[in-house]
Amino acid sequence: MISGGITKFAKSHPDKSFRVMCKEAFDTALADLGGKLTVDKIDGSVISYFSDHFTRQLKAGAMVQDFLGLCPKPNVRSEGGGATGGLCFQTAWQAVASGRMDVCAAIGFETMGTVETWKGNDFIALASDTNFDYPLGGFYSGYYAMMAVRHMHEFGTTHEQMAQVAVKNYGNAVHNPFAQHRKAVTLKDVDNSEMIAYPFRRLDICVMSEGAACCILASEEMAEKLCSNPIRVAGVGSGSDTMRMADRPHGKVPLLPHEKASDYKDLDYPGIHSFRAGRAAAIEAYKNAGITDPRQEIQAWELHDAYTCSELQQYEDVGICKYGESGPFAAAGHTAIKGKNPVNPSGGLLACGHPVGATGLMQMVFCFWQCQNTIAKHFGNPHCQVKKVKRAAGYSHAGTGTYITISILEKP
Amino acid sequence: MANKTTKLPEKTDGPWITSFDPLAQKWTYSVDYNANYHEDSPFFHALGKGKLVGSACKKCNYKYATPRSYCMYCGKKTEWFDLPLEGAIHSWTICYFSGEPYLKDCPFMLGLIEFKGVDTLFMTRLVGVDQKDIKIGSKVKAMFHRKKTWSVNDVYFVKSD
Repeated sequence: MISGGITKFAKSHPDKSFRVMCKEAFDTALADLGGKLTVDKIDGSVISYFSDHFTRQLKAGAMVQDFLGLCPKPNVRSEGGGATGGLCFQTAWQAVASGRMDVCAAIGFETMGTVETWKGNDFIALASDTNFDYPLGGFYSGYYAMMAVRHMHEFGTTHEQMAQVAVKNYGNAVHNPFAQHRKAVTLKDVDNSEMIAYPFRRLDICVMSEGAACCILASEEMAEKLCSNPIRVAGVGSGSDTMRMADRPHGKVPLLPHEKASDYKDLDYPGIHSFRAGRAAAIEAYKNAGITDPRQEIQAWELHDAYTCSELQQYEDVGICKYGESGPFAAAGHTAIKGKNPVNPSGGLLACGHPVGATGLMQMVFCFWQCQNTIAKHFGNPHCQVKKVKRAAGYSHAGTGTYITISILEKP
Repeated sequence: MANKTTKLPEKTDGPWITSFDPLAQKWTYSVDYNANYHEDSPFFHALGKGKLVGSACKKCNYKYATPRSYCMYCGKKTEWFDLPLEGAIHSWTICYFSGEPYLKDCPFMLGLIEFKGVDTLFMTRLVGVDQKDIKIGSKVKAMFHRKKTWSVNDVYFVKSD
């Protein structure tokens, strides 16, 4: 990866279309290379957005390609619910890794301000089984709430531990100028916010957003030519699970290199308390990156905290703590910027916003800046920079864990 | 001879704009789908007879509480079987907000139901249960709407103990 760009995320951008948002993210990425990368050196692009309903325009990726002056080069859209941005990154990576392209642009956006929040909830719920799940109430927060309730039952996780994630992430975002919500909150604020779907309150849940993000990937040879401090994509992995969470099996935990079967002898897995696709993605990504203990070898994570409890569940999937230990792990402060396993130093989805097609790419831009040690340059202050980052990883997540991607960046 | 002042009649019934600069207006697009349950139709027919049916794979001896016409493990066609009308709460929530079509129902309760001897779960509305009385493991029973909606909402669960 040689460059990245993000627009400031906001509830809506009445003054600009998705084309201009993508152009801004793209131009920021080009500018970061000091003029060395021009459009003619880009071999093609992957453009991602989640919902045609939000965009009110089919084949909008073609309009971005056109607007950026990339025609007649190859372009494809990638889409996979909430993991759309992560899938876009990995599709662009494949184009470069296969040798098809030397330079590929991965660009994602979402325009969620075209409708009211309740209509947005409805559009998102259409990404659940429309015969069996959607007609019951059509609300993803409700599905995630049931997963959280089961996590509480299974492991004794408390809402206060989930709220610790909110306090941490909103707190981090105060120092991130790209974030949508830049106001610190207290545990009491989380508790006093409106109940949305038990146990989730308003501040446990990310908001609707508009924005775009861009990652430029290049072959090793082109990376050396175009960029003074390129970051290696050390490994990617992805996984999937049943569309309906009712269909998830109750079996054994697939183990990471640093775990033992005896750690989980009484655990029915994944059930609805854990994300099997996240575990599958971790196994593949760690294998490709040669990671044997993620607790030591990855210094910064951008996880998909669309809900506070999801961040906890994901600590377990990626193995920075054992299944069942994420609540106390968060409460102990281990995932703070200065903790032993920093998670969402940017503020995550909760605070940055979740313009779906851009989110997974935004995470990779933050990971890229963490590895480059350039957070201070881009944020205007060093607060969110994790010390001594060798590797940073982004986790992009769809449905109730239906698609999950993990992409690991490494300072060469 | 052409009329010197040929012009379209003036229209005064909108669309009314929501913003002048940037220029924005209301736009409505609605669709009537022929939404077909296809191979899952017997499940919805059964609800009309006060029955819940799931899918069983004879080869894997695996039972699905939500219909799947082919087994996800061996790929063989499944067979219908009658689910018990009593089960237990595997997880639950109360929604105080939702997507537009369901706002009028708020607050409503969702549950995932487990059945004895069945390997997967069934998602449903839970009705008439107080939050203070609800527990994972609580026994619940299926109730059926007399007037059909021909949707998965033709069944819902209530507390049975």
